[in-house]
Amino acid sequence: MQEFFQHTLNGLSFGSIYALVALGYTMVYGILTMINFAHSEIYMMGAFAAFYLARFAGLDTPSPLNFTMGLLIGALFAGLIGFFVEKLAYKPLRNSPKMNVLITAIGVSILFQFGGQIIFGAEPKSFPNLIEDQVLFKLADISIRLIDLLIYFVSFVSLGILSFIIFKTQTGRAMRAVSTRPDMTPLMGINNNKIISMTFIIGSALAGIAAVLVSTKYPRIDPMMGVKIGTSSFVAAVFGGIGSLHGAVIGGFLLGLGEYYLVGYGASTYKEALSFLILIGVLLYKPTGLFGNTKKEKI
Amino acid sequence: MKKILLLLSLSLLTFSCTKKTNDNEILIGSYSSNTGATATFGVFQMHGTEMAIEEINAAGGINGKKIRHINYDNKSDNDETLAVVNRLISQDKVVAILGEATSGRSKIGAQVAQQNKIPMLTSSATNQDVTKIGNYIFRACFIDPFQGMVMAKFMSENLKLKKAAILRDVKNDYSVGLSDVFAEKLKAAGGEIVIDIAYQEGDIDFKSQLTAIKAKKVEAIFIPGYYNEVALIAKQAKELEMKMPLLGGDGWSSPKLYEIAKEAINGNYFSNHYTTESKDPKTINFVKAYKAKYNEDADVMAALAYDAVYLMAEAIKKTKEVTSENIRNELANIKNFHGVTGAMSMDENRDAIKSAVVVQVQGAEYKFITSVNP
Repeated sequence: MQEFFQHTLNGLSFGSIYALVALGYTMVYGILTMINFAHSEIYMMGAFAAFYLARFAGLDTPSPLNFTMGLLIGALFAGLIGFFVEKLAYKPLRNSPKMNVLITAIGVSILFQFGGQIIFGAEPKSFPNLIEDQVLFKLADISIRLIDLLIYFVSFVSLGILSFIIFKTQTGRAMRAVSTRPDMTPLMGINNNKIISMTFIIGSALAGIAAVLVSTKYPRIDPMMGVKIGTSSFVAAVFGGIGSLHGAVIGGFLLGLGEYYLVGYGASTYKEALSFLILIGVLLYKPTGLFGNTKKEKI
Repeated sequence: MKKILLLLSLSLLTFSCTKKTNDNEILIGSYSSNTGATATFGVFQMHGTEMAIEEINAAGGINGKKIRHINYDNKSDNDETLAVVNRLISQDKVVAILGEATSGRSKIGAQVAQQNKIPMLTSSATNQDVTKIGNYIFRACFIDPFQGMVMAKFMSENLKLKKAAILRDVKNDYSVGLSDVFAEKLKAAGGEIVIDIAYQEGDIDFKSQLTAIKAKKVEAIFIPGYYNEVALIAKQAKELEMKMPLLGGDGWSSPKLYEIAKEAINGNYFSNHYTTESKDPKTINFVKAYKAKYNEDADVMAALAYDAVYLMAEAIKKTKEVTSENIRNELANIKNFHGVTGAMSMDENRDAIKSAVVVQVQGAEYKFITSVNP
């Protein structure tokens, strides 16, 4: 039983990371109906930005302030990169066939992966310890660690801010509008390009936050680090119903839990297979995913 | 136009011929991954090779002939490896080849060398299959199964532990090979593999595997992976308050291991080819000279490459006439060669028989614990 709780705890912790990254996929899909394959590289760039800036600014010692700064730097920089990727790579193709944009996204992703290997080096780097991890308390013989609680906490705060922006602000209302009827919104005085940029910035910032959280917990970063998490998060987004915000979050948690139970209870060799089995299953039997519905509002 | 082309190719031919006809030189080629994903391996290999050749030439060469060394970078790439080995053989006409540090690319180079009947000596490719490619392929290190045996023996005899878990990288031949032999030998020694669980290269979270292992109450965990993953595994094992020793193979050997894992990796053991703590004056001199020349600690890859050059020189010294075939025959007969990584002899499979050392990680240093003979 203790083992089960431990797996659940670990699964939820990683699931919240999946949820944060999956939101980026789902938001961009919601507003542009394109899959931003470069999202996993924006995640990677967030980690590297925090790595270099923390070193440069001398913020690489464990302290709550440095941890917060790391998160902010990661979010800010990932947001910036998301903004520029959209402006430079996707916007010129706004009216081209879907396939062109998709292939461009794959191209951007490869550019970042291998450009990163040239600039940062292919060797993994050791991410600075931004917060002193410790056992806070024991619950039924399971140690609850600070970093895990922080991951939950930061994820939930980020999700809270996101849902506030989407459902309570004017920008959020505009986002929802653009995702439903992009042809009508300009008539209502909404600048579509601005809203699309905002979507990219917010989605990318969430990826940047996820990257800093993951790198603090698993202090090894390299230019290919986004690939695995990106793939799994994408599957989580499809599982939850791509385009649906709640779907991405729930899909992320379910996938995280699923992977942990699977590996923990014997089938460790098939961890990667699980995501793809889910993907195939969803595509075959419920293409809209758990919460996906073309008629429902989405961004 | 045709005439010019003909002239060009003729002159090229004569050029390449003149290279070979220089009787006072022995032309040896090497290939290494000086850039790319495994650049650290390649650079250490190149440094070790160059240092040994300079020493031999400074001491008057081999039977009065100087060694001329041509090194090509294969950029850690398989196709590039094929190209540079072909170039060494057909264009530069080397009599023997040194390389490579990794098993995968050594296999590729070995196929070309074998087809052209040029002896190739790899310094640190431990995968069994490399020398099976043909009778011109040799290695100056032990093979993977031996490392699995060493750690099983170390666990049962030195640590006196019986119940082990295996955490293997399923996609990696090296890791799978070591794991299988470890399991077999530990059982033969009266031990038991309680749980055998997998991960994949590139994973960052191993908590579920470790939680499953923790529930089984094992006394040691064998993790024959590369330093990248091992460092994170050690860190997470510590977070789960698992105190049993972790054991591994030479894939652990990298400064990155400690950089990433910090104190979590301290006190754990792995098998290696040599230790910088060796009392052998030859090794002490090498470590000192290497540090003086390159201003870095001599990694095991450099030491093995250094030994490979001397091994090759030893074989060439015994030949009456320096031809590829003669070098091959002499390499096959090497017995009791004394290098900086210990004594070695070639067996009938052209693999070096030599002892391994078990070291304990203590910060950035590896402390010598014991040496295990074949």
